[in-house]
Amino acid sequence: MNWGNGFTKGEQNQLLDVLHKVKDPEIDSVSIIELGMVEKIDGDKQVIHIYLLPTFMGCPALDIIKSTVLKALASIEWIQHANVYYLNDPPWTSDRVTPEGRERLKEFGIAPPPKIDVMKGGWEVSCPYCDSLYTTMENLFGPTACRSILYCKSCKNPFEAMKPLSTLM
Amino acid sequence: MNELLSTEEKRAVIELLYQLADDDFIISYRGSEWLGLAPHIEEDVAFSSISQDTMGHAAMYYQLLEELGEKDRDYLSHARKSNERKNAVLLELVNGEGHYLHEPRYDWAFTVVRHYYYSQAKKVKIESLKQSSYPPLAAAAVKISMELHYHLMHWTVWFTQLLNAGGEAKKRMLKAIAKVEAEFEDVLSLGPLSKEIVKAQLIEEESRLLLSFHANINAVFNDLSIPYKGEFTSLSGRGRFGEHTEDLSEALNTLGEVYHSDPGAVW
Ligand SMILES: [Zn+2]
Repeated sequence: MNWGNGFTKGEQNQLLDVLHKVKDPEIDSVSIIELGMVEKIDGDKQVIHIYLLPTFMGCPALDIIKSTVLKALASIEWIQHANVYYLNDPPWTSDRVTPEGRERLKEFGIAPPPKIDVMKGGWEVSCPYCDSLYTTMENLFGPTACRSILYCKSCKNPFEAMKPLSTLM
Repeated sequence: MNELLSTEEKRAVIELLYQLADDDFIISYRGSEWLGLAPHIEEDVAFSSISQDTMGHAAMYYQLLEELGEKDRDYLSHARKSNERKNAVLLELVNGEGHYLHEPRYDWAFTVVRHYYYSQAKKVKIESLKQSSYPPLAAAAVKISMELHYHLMHWTVWFTQLLNAGGEAKKRMLKAIAKVEAEFEDVLSLGPLSKEIVKAQLIEEESRLLLSFHANINAVFNDLSIPYKGEFTSLSGRGRFGEHTEDLSEALNTLGEVYHSDPGAVW
C-alpha cells in the first residue's frame, strides 16, 4: 500500500484503524486492507483520495465497499472531503492478501487462495478445518465470483476456497 | 491521456470499445436467461458466476467509453437501439425455442459451443489487447484475462466431454458447431474502422487474430479426432456494421424495461 505525503504518521495510523473496520460484505471477518484492496491513499486533510483495486470485476460488493469506506472516513473529524476510486492498474492478484488476511479467511471457513502456480497442473488447497491436503474440487465456481467449492476427504466437510488470480493466467 | 489521441485514433478506440462492450453485454444477458434452467445445480452456480463476471467486463468497457466522452454507462448498456449496437450477431441469437417465462426449450449444445468459441476468440483478442497502444485498454485486458482463464477452463470441459460422449450428444454438438461457424466471421471482425483500429495499434489485424484462433481450436479438434474446417460466414448479418436480428430487438426491450421505467434512477 502506498501513501501520498499529505499525512503525519499519527494521521496515517488513524486512517488505517478506520479502514481496518471496512469488511468485505460477503466475508465479514476480513478487512479490505487484509484483502490487499487498498492500493494508495493520497491527498491531504482537505481532500483525501482512496484508491481501491476491485477483486473480480463483476463483484456486486464493490459499490457497497465504496460507500462503507466513505462512511468510515466520515468518522474522522479532520477529514473535510473524501473520494474513493477503483483502479484496474495494477490488477488485484491473490498474492496481495496479507498473512493476517489468510488467517481471517480460514476462521471464516474459507481456504485462502493457494500460492502455487496454477498454470502447472491443479491447485493444492488445504482444508480450512483440519489442514488436510486430501481435498477435491467440487465446483470451480462458488456462491460469489471469488470463491470455489471444495470437499475435504479427511474430515468430510465441504468448504470454500478463494480462487487464485495471477497475471500469469 | 485522452488528449494524446488524434481525432482519428479516438474514433478507432471508441469503435473497438463498443464492439468489446456490446459483445460481453449481450452474451452475458443470454447466459443469465439460463438461470434456473441449466442441466444441474452446479452448472447453475457456475454459469451465473461466469455471466456475472462477463457483465463486469462489459461494464468496465462502457466505463472507458464514458471516460472518452460518450454517454453514461447505464445509458450505453440499456438505452441504445438495435442498429446502434456493435456486437457480433452470433451472440444475440436466442438460446433456443420457447421463452424464459413460458416453456423454455433451450439448446444446451448451442450454448456450450457458442460460449466455448466465444471464450476462445475473446482469449485471442485479450492477449493482443494486453499490448494495446491505449493504456486503459491494455490494463483492462490484463484484468479480464485472469477471469477469462476460468471461463475457458469451464467451457472446455463441457465442449470436450459432450463431443467425447458420442451418440445423441455428439450429433447435437456437431450441429451446433455448424450453426456457430456459419455466424462466426462476425465475431473476429473489427468492423468498418478495422484499418484505423489496426493503424492505431489498438489490437492486431483480423487475419492475425483469425490465425491464432484457428491454431488454438485446431489443436482441440485434433485431440477429439474431429475434422476442423474453420470456414466462417456471417449468415444472419454483420453486427459490427450495425446489422442485427429481431432476437436483439426483443432482448433489448426486455432488458431495458426497468431502465426505461425511470432512466434517471440511481442504481
Ligand atoms: Zn478437513
